[in-house]
Amino acid sequence: MEIMQIIGIALITTILAGVVKFGNKEIGVLISLAAGLIIFGMMLGHISAIFQVLRDLANQANISMIYLGTILKIVGIAYIADFGAQICRDAGEGALATKVEFAAKILVLVLAVPIIVAVLQALLKIIPV
Amino acid sequence: MGDIDIIFRIAGIGIILAALHTILKYAGKEEYANWVTVAGVVVILFWIVNFLGEFFTEVRSVFNLF
Repeated sequence: MEIMQIIGIALITTILAGVVKFGNKEIGVLISLAAGLIIFGMMLGHISAIFQVLRDLANQANISMIYLGTILKIVGIAYIADFGAQICRDAGEGALATKVEFAAKILVLVLAVPIIVAVLQALLKIIPV
Repeated sequence: MGDIDIIFRIAGIGIILAALHTILKYAGKEEYANWVTVAGVVVILFWIVNFLGEFFTEVRSVFNLF
């Protein structure tokens, strides 16, 4: 099962990071970053499979691809921003982590605005103003 | 699945660097010790940046974040 591999990698990395941090701090951060990348990389295959299923369902229900595409982008931004923010926080850079999360929120908002506008326009058409 | 060796390589270099640092310090060459540590960290950073670039292209294709 993949979960065993992930836990194995995580435990090995924690121990190695502890050992290496004794030498100097930076390599500890680098090791946890590498492990984060590996675990995230292992999950990418499953994520793309799930998104493929979502796309097929959207096609059958003939939802326009723009909305689904934006949702996928937003999920992607959220994942990556959280990943980066956690790594920064581990390294002790709390301020940097909040900046990353702040930027991610703005980017998500930028992506969401067209949908909000579309929904409002649809509503206005329905309600006779 | 072969990515796990990156972690072991980094850990190996980290431990070697720590050992070298202490050896050089006791040998009286403090500046060399610091420079060796910096060089080691730069080498690891080089690997991690390559690994990060590869990873980001993968993510870009999955989430089609262009």
